[in-house]
Amino acid sequence: MPKSYRDGLPISPDKFVDQLMRLKRGSISRRDFLGLTGLGVATAVMARELGIMPTPAFAAEDLGDRMSIATWPNYHDPQTFENFKADTGVAVEVNVFGSNEEMLAKLQAGGSGWSLFVPTNYTISTYKKLGIIEALDMAKLGNFDGKSEDARFTAEGTIDGTTYAVPKNWGTTGFAVNTKKLTKPMSSWKEFWDTAMAEGDGRTMVHDYQLTTIGNALKYYGYSFNSLKQDELAKAEELLLKVKPHLFAVSSDYQPGMRAGDAWMTMCWTNDGAQLHRDIPEIAYVLGKEGGEIWTDFYAIPKDAPNKPAGYALLNYLMNPKVAVKEHLANGAPSTDARVNALLPKEVLDNPILYPAADLLKPLEFGAAATLTDPGRAELMARFKSA
Amino acid sequence: MSAGSQPALSMRGSLFRKNLMTALLLAPAALWLVVFLVLPFVAIAIFSVGERAPEGGYQAALTFAQYANLPARATAFWNTMVLAPAGALACLLVAYPVAYYLALRAPDRWRLILLALIVIPFWTSLLMRTYAWMYILGGRGIPALLAYVGIEDLRLINTPGAVLLGIVYGYLPLMILPIYVSLERLDRRLLEASADLGATPLSTFLGVTLRLSLPGVMTGFSLVMILLLGEYLIPTLLGGGKVFFIGNALVDLFLQSRNWPFGSAIAITLVLVSVVVLIVANRISTRLSGARRVDLI
Repeated sequence: MPKSYRDGLPISPDKFVDQLMRLKRGSISRRDFLGLTGLGVATAVMARELGIMPTPAFAAEDLGDRMSIATWPNYHDPQTFENFKADTGVAVEVNVFGSNEEMLAKLQAGGSGWSLFVPTNYTISTYKKLGIIEALDMAKLGNFDGKSEDARFTAEGTIDGTTYAVPKNWGTTGFAVNTKKLTKPMSSWKEFWDTAMAEGDGRTMVHDYQLTTIGNALKYYGYSFNSLKQDELAKAEELLLKVKPHLFAVSSDYQPGMRAGDAWMTMCWTNDGAQLHRDIPEIAYVLGKEGGEIWTDFYAIPKDAPNKPAGYALLNYLMNPKVAVKEHLANGAPSTDARVNALLPKEVLDNPILYPAADLLKPLEFGAAATLTDPGRAELMARFKSA
Repeated sequence: MSAGSQPALSMRGSLFRKNLMTALLLAPAALWLVVFLVLPFVAIAIFSVGERAPEGGYQAALTFAQYANLPARATAFWNTMVLAPAGALACLLVAYPVAYYLALRAPDRWRLILLALIVIPFWTSLLMRTYAWMYILGGRGIPALLAYVGIEDLRLINTPGAVLLGIVYGYLPLMILPIYVSLERLDRRLLEASADLGATPLSTFLGVTLRLSLPGVMTGFSLVMILLLGEYLIPTLLGGGKVFFIGNALVDLFLQSRNWPFGSAIAITLVLVSVVVLIVANRISTRLSGARRVDLI
C-alpha cells in the first residue's frame, strides 16, 4: 500500500541516481523491491478489490490525526471509527446531540469544530440558505452511488442539482413500550398520551426535541405533525402541560432509562427501537396509526470544518457498502442504499420495526423545513419544559 | 527656593515611577479582567436589547421587549430562587458537623487524611460524578438491590430528592472548607473561658463557636448559592430535565430556541440577582458576626 502521496509521483533525477547507486551496491529494501517489480501495486489492487483495504481516496491529501463528528446517541458502530483510525491514523471524536436545533445553534455560533455531522432531511435547505454547509465535492466520494439510492428518502440532500448531503439511513418516529410493565396493547398516539397520565405515570419519556414532542402531541388531535397553526399548537401545548407532571423525563437519550427499567414507555426512533427490542425482547416498537414522522438522516460537511480532508475521507469510508452494512447492523435503522440492502441479512429486511407495513408508513410525514426555525414552536417547547 | 523645590520634584518623579510600576504590574490582570469579564458582559448586554433573527441568533435592534418578556420564565426563576437557598442550606446542615469534627475533634494524624478524602473527589469532573449517581439511583443501582428484599418498582432517579442529593454531594466540599478554616482558627482558650464562666456546652457552642465561625458559614453559603443560581447539569441528569432552572432556561435559549437576545436578558438579570444576593449575604454576615467586615468576593 502507498504510504504517502509521493509514492505515485514520477521519481526525481537525484532520487533516481540515489536508487541506481543503491541497486549497484546490491542493496534493495523490501519496499523498493515491491515498487520496482510492480508486485506492490498488484498487492494493493488485489487488496482493494477483495475488500481487505477500503479505497484510499485520502491517499492524496494530508488527513491530520484527528477529526470531530456530530451525531445522535447510539447511532454508530464504535468499531467503524476504530477501523477508520487503523486505516488512516485519524482519530474520530464523537459529539452526541439530542436535536437538530442544538446542532444548528452550534453551527450558527461558529467554530463548532466538526468536520462531519448528521443533520435530518428537513434542516438541509435551511443550512444551505444560511451558507453553513459545504456543497459536496462528489469527486471525493467515489464510494457514493446516487443511482442506488431510493430518491423518496434522499431527495432533500440535493438542492437545485447541487448535492449538499448524502444519506446515512432513514427511519420513523414511534414509541417503545415495555410490554411486561404496560400490558395493554397500544397502536396510537392517543393511547401513548393517555397511558402516560394513567398506568405509565412517572414512567414515560418524551424527546427533548420540539419537532417530535410537539408533532406527536399534535397527532393526539389528528392535526398535521408539522402544523404551525396557532390554534392547533395551542391544543398541543395544553396536552403537553397536562402530561408534564406525569413524565419520567424530557430527554432524547432514552435508552439508559428504558434499559434500566426506570422508564416503561418513550418516544422512540426506529434505530433505538430496533436496538432495544434486539436486547430486551419485551420492549416493543409502535407506530401511531394517526401518523407521525418519517425521516432520513444525512451526512454533511460544515463550511468551517477544521479538517475537510478527513471529513471527506470518513464520509467516503462510510459510503462504502461493506462499511455501511456493519453500521446498519449495529445501529438498526434501514438503509436508503440498494447496494447495502443487498448485503443485509434476510431477518433484518423482514424486521417489521425496520420495514413497517405500507399502511403504517402511509400517514407518516417528513418534517417540514419551517418547523426548524419557527419561533412559535421553539417558544412552545420552552414553555412546556419550563412549566 | 530653587533648592527647596528640587527634592519635591524628584519625589514627584519617583512617585510617578512608582505609579507607573504599579500600573505595569497590574496591567496583565486588568487586561485579563477586561477581555474575559467586561467584554463578554458588554456583548451580552448588547445582545439583550436586540432581536431574534428569523433563523435564530441575534440581529441588532434597540428594544427592551426581551426584559418585558422575563415573566415567561417566571417558573424557572422561582425554581432557582427556591432551589439555590434550599440546596445551600441542605449543604450547610451536612457540612457544619463535618467541618466541626475536622477542626475541633479529629485526631491530628487523621485530620489531613480526612481533608484529602473530602477534597480529592472534587478533582474529578462533576459531570462524571453526577453520571455515577445516575447509575446508583437508576433501576440497576439501589432499586435493583431493594428488589431482592421485595421492594419492587421503586423509582429514585428523576425525583426532586435525587436533585437535592446531587446538589449536596456536588457542592459539599465548597461548604466544608470555608467553615473548617474559620473553626480551625478559633482560639480554644475562648471555649475554656466560656466553660469557666459557667456556660453550658450548648450555649458555648451557640455563643462562641457558631458565632465565631459565621464568616466561614456565610462564605460557604453564598459561594454555594451563587454557583447554584447557574446550575443546570444536576437538574438535567438527576431530575430528568423536568424541573427547569434558570441555567436550563439559558442552555435552552442559546442551544435550542436560538433566541440569543432573550437568553442574554435572562443572563443579565441573573447576574444582577447574584450581586443582590452577595450584598444581602454580606450585610447579614456583618451584623451577625458583630460588625466584623467579611469579604465574600
